[in-house]
Amino acid sequence: MLWLLFFLVTAIRADLCQPDAENAFKVRLSIRTALGDKAYAWDTNEEYLFKAMVAFSMRKVPNRETTEISHVLLCNVTQRVSFWFVVTDPSRNHTLPAVEVQSAIRMNRNRINNAFFLNDQTLEFLRIPSTLAPPTDPSVPIWIIIFGVIFCIVLVATMLLILSGIQQHRRKNKGPSEMEDIEDKCENVITIENGIPCDPLDMKGGHINDAFVTEDERLTPL
Amino acid sequence: MGRSLGTPEALAAEVAATGVGQGRAGAGPGSGRARGWRGLLPTNQLHWFSFKSQESTLAGQQAGDFLLRRRLRAVAGMAGTPGPDPPADGGGEARPAWDSKLQYLLSCVGFAVGLGNLWRFPYLCQTYGGGAFLIPYVVALAFEGIPLFHIELAVGQRLRRGSVGVWTAISPYLGGVGLGCFTVSFLVSLYYNTVLTWVLWYLLNSFQHPLPWSACPLDLNRTGLEQECRDSSPVSYFWYRRTLNVSADISDGGPVQWRLLLCLAVSWAVVYLCVIRGIETTGKAIYFTALFPYLVLTAFLVRGLTLPGAMQGLTYLFTPDLRVLQNPRVWLDAATQIFFSLSLAFGGHIAFASYNPPRNNCRRDAVSIALVNSMTSLYASVAVFSVLGFKAASDHGQCLDRNILHLINAFDLPEQSVSRDTYTAALVRLNASQPAQVAGLPLEACRLEDFLDKSASGTGLAFIVFTEAVLHMPGAPVWAVLFFAMLFSLGLSSMFGNMESIITPLLDLGVMPRRVPKEVLTGLACLLCFLMATCFTLRSGSYWLEIFDQYAAALNLILLAFFEVIGVVYVYGMKRFCDDVAWMTGRRPGFYWRATWKVVSPLLLLTIFVAYIALLASSPPHYKAWNPRYERFPSRQEKPYPGWVLAACALLSFLPTLWVPVVALGQLLARCREKTRDPPQDGRPKPRGGRAC
Repeated sequence: MLWLLFFLVTAIRADLCQPDAENAFKVRLSIRTALGDKAYAWDTNEEYLFKAMVAFSMRKVPNRETTEISHVLLCNVTQRVSFWFVVTDPSRNHTLPAVEVQSAIRMNRNRINNAFFLNDQTLEFLRIPSTLAPPTDPSVPIWIIIFGVIFCIVLVATMLLILSGIQQHRRKNKGPSEMEDIEDKCENVITIENGIPCDPLDMKGGHINDAFVTEDERLTPL
Repeated sequence: MGRSLGTPEALAAEVAATGVGQGRAGAGPGSGRARGWRGLLPTNQLHWFSFKSQESTLAGQQAGDFLLRRRLRAVAGMAGTPGPDPPADGGGEARPAWDSKLQYLLSCVGFAVGLGNLWRFPYLCQTYGGGAFLIPYVVALAFEGIPLFHIELAVGQRLRRGSVGVWTAISPYLGGVGLGCFTVSFLVSLYYNTVLTWVLWYLLNSFQHPLPWSACPLDLNRTGLEQECRDSSPVSYFWYRRTLNVSADISDGGPVQWRLLLCLAVSWAVVYLCVIRGIETTGKAIYFTALFPYLVLTAFLVRGLTLPGAMQGLTYLFTPDLRVLQNPRVWLDAATQIFFSLSLAFGGHIAFASYNPPRNNCRRDAVSIALVNSMTSLYASVAVFSVLGFKAASDHGQCLDRNILHLINAFDLPEQSVSRDTYTAALVRLNASQPAQVAGLPLEACRLEDFLDKSASGTGLAFIVFTEAVLHMPGAPVWAVLFFAMLFSLGLSSMFGNMESIITPLLDLGVMPRRVPKEVLTGLACLLCFLMATCFTLRSGSYWLEIFDQYAAALNLILLAFFEVIGVVYVYGMKRFCDDVAWMTGRRPGFYWRATWKVVSPLLLLTIFVAYIALLASSPPHYKAWNPRYERFPSRQEKPYPGWVLAACALLSFLPTLWVPVVALGQLLARCREKTRDPPQDGRPKPRGGRAC
C-alpha cells in the first residue's frame, strides 16, 4: 500500500514537471561560453543551488513566503545544459501560475545570474524576458565635450590670425609711404643684389658713355 | 654694360637678375626672402615693358634699377591685359606666391587626393573584376587625365589668374567657361563640406568605449532592443537615425538637425581658419592635411594585413577577371573616375598654378601629381580591402556560430561540441538522422564569397561597412578616431582647392574694393556657403546631397573640361600654346601631348558626356529611401523623384554650363554695339591685347 502511494506521488510529481508542461519553463545555460577554462561542471549540487535560488525568488512574492526548495522540481536535464522546472504549491499537487514565477524571476534575475557567474545571455530563461540594464550614459554626452574643445581652439586661432592680419595691415600702411620718400631722394644707397654691389649702376660718378655720343655735340654752336 | 632690353626673354632675365619686387617691404606674403619665387609679370605684359624700357636706354644713362622698379610699378598699375582688372591682391601688390615648390605640389596633391580615392576607387576595383580594372584606368589616365591636367596647370601658370580671368584672357567669348567652373566649385563646396560634417560627427563620437554604433539602444519598456535597430543593424541605425535622422521621403523636409548644424558650423570654421589668407595659410595647413592621411593609411595597412582574413580579402578582390573589359560600362566608369579623381575643370588647379613663377616645369608637375594620385588610390584600396577581408571573415565566422548555436540548442548537444570546422559534418549527420527537425531551423547559408561580395561605395563604405569592421578590431575607438581624422583631413585638403577656385577669381575680378582685406572676403564666402549648406542638415539632406553630387557636378564638369580643351587648342591656338609651354618648361610638347590635346581628349570627353546622358536617360531618376515602414525593410525603398525635384535636378545640371553661351552671346552683342557706335580708327592702340575677337 505504501509503495503504491509512493509511486502515485512520484508519478504525480513527475507529471507536473514535463517539457512543455503547463507553467513549466525551460532554462538553458552556456557555462563554457561564459567562463571558458574556469567553467564548472553541472552536477546535482549546482541543481540544488538553482532550486534554492528559485525558491528564494518565490519567497519574495507576497503570499508565497512559505515556498521550500523541495517545491521546485527539475526535469529533463540535458548535456547542453538545459532543463525544465516548475514550482509547486505547498500541497504539491498544483503548479504555481506562470505569471507569478515569471515576475519573481525577473525581479531577482541579477542575483540568480551572479550565483552562477553568468549573465542574461548565458543563463537563459526561455519565455521570461529580462529587464535589460540601461546603458550608462554620462550626464554630458562625450561628443559635446570634444566639440566644445575643438570649437574653442578654432575660435581662438581664427581670432589670433585676424588680429595679426590687422596689425600687419597697419604696419604696411605706414611702411610704403616711407619707402617712396627714400627712393625719390635718390640717396647714395649702395644696394647689393644677388651678391653683386650695384656700384657700377650708381650715377654719381658722371661717366660719359661714348656709345651715346650724339651728333649734337659735334655741332656745338659757337 | 650694354643692356639690350629688346627681347622679352632678355628683359625677363634682367628683371630676374635684379630681383625686382624683393626690396619692397610688405610687398606680399613672404617678401624679403630671396628665393627666386617672387611674382614676375606675365609675358604678354612684357611687350609693354620692353617698349617703355627702350625709351629709358635711348634717353641715356638714367639711374639704375630703381627706375626699372618704378616702371614696373607703373606698368603693373596700368597693366592693360585683355579682360578684367590687373591682379588685385589688395593695394597693387605682387601676386602671392608659394613659399616653396613642395607647398605647391602638396596643395595640388591634396586637392586631387580626396574622399573618392578611398571610397570610390576600391569599390570600382571590386565591382569590375579586381585587377582587370586597372587596365581601363591606366588607359584613361594616359589619354585623358594627364593631358587635361597639363593644360590646366600650364594655362594657370602662364596667365597667372584664377579660372574666370584665365578664360577671359584667352578669349572674351570663353569667359563663360570660367564662370561655369566657378559656379560648379561653389555648388560642390556646399555639399562636400556637408560630408565633412558627417565625418566630424563620427569623429566626435569615436572618443568613447564602447563605440555608440556597437549596440542597439533599448526600447521603451526596456525588454528588448529598439525595433528599427533590431531589424537592420546597430551601425545602420546609428547612421540613418542618430546621425542623419533621415526622413522616409525627399519631400518630407523636417526640422534642421541641431547636432549636424553645430558640426557644420565647426566644419566651416575650420575651413575658414585655413583659407583665411589664401595660400599663405593653406600653404601651412596643407603640410598636415596632405601628409597625415598617408600616415594613417600606412597604419591601417600594417594593422589590416595582420588581421585574420585579410589575405583572403586581398586575393579575392584583386584577382583579375578580364571578361569585364568587354562591358563598355567599365570604360565609362574608369574615365569618369580619373576625371573626378584628379579634380579637373574645377578651376582649383588653375588657381594654384597661377601662384607659381612663370618658369616652372608644369609638365613634370602634371605627370607626377597624377601618378601620385593614382598610386594613392591603389595604396588606399589595399588598406581598405585588407580591412574588408577581415570583416568578411569575421562575419562569416559569426554566421557559422549562429548556425552552430541553433543546432546545439535544438538538439541539446553539449556546448562547444561542434566547432566551425566540424559544422558541416555535424549538419550532415543530423540531417540524416532527423531531417524534419533540421528543416525547421532558421539556418543561414554561410559562404565566405557572399560576404566578400558585399561591396559598398561612398558614404555606405565609410559610415556603415568600415565602421562595422572597426568594431571588431582590438582597440576599436583608437582606429575609429584615426579613420575619421584621416577622412576629415582628406576632405579638408580638397576643400582648400575648392575654396581657392572660388576665392581667386573673386580676388582677380576685384569684387571687393582694394582696401577691404582678404580675410573679409574669405569670411563672407565661407559664411554664405555655411548658410546655404544648412539645407543639407534637414532630415532629407542626404537625399539632396545625392542629387547635387550626381547632377550638379558630373555633367557640368565634363562639358566644361571639353570647352577648356577646345578653347586652348583651337581658340588660343595650338602653336601659341606650345610656344608658351616651351618657354615655361624649356621643351616643346611632343607628339603624344599634341595628339591627345587635339584629338583624343576632346573625343573621349564627348563620348563620356554622351554615354553619361544615355545612362541617366535610360532609367527614370529615382532614389533609395530609408523607410522603416517598408515591407522589405531594411532594404531601401526605391522611389521616383517628385516633379519639382526633377526640375531642380535639371536646373543644377545645366545652369553652370549655361554661362558659356550666355557670356559668348553677351560679348557678341557688346562688340556689335561697339562697332556700330564707334568704328575703329587706324593707329589707335587697342586697349585689349589683340587676341581673338
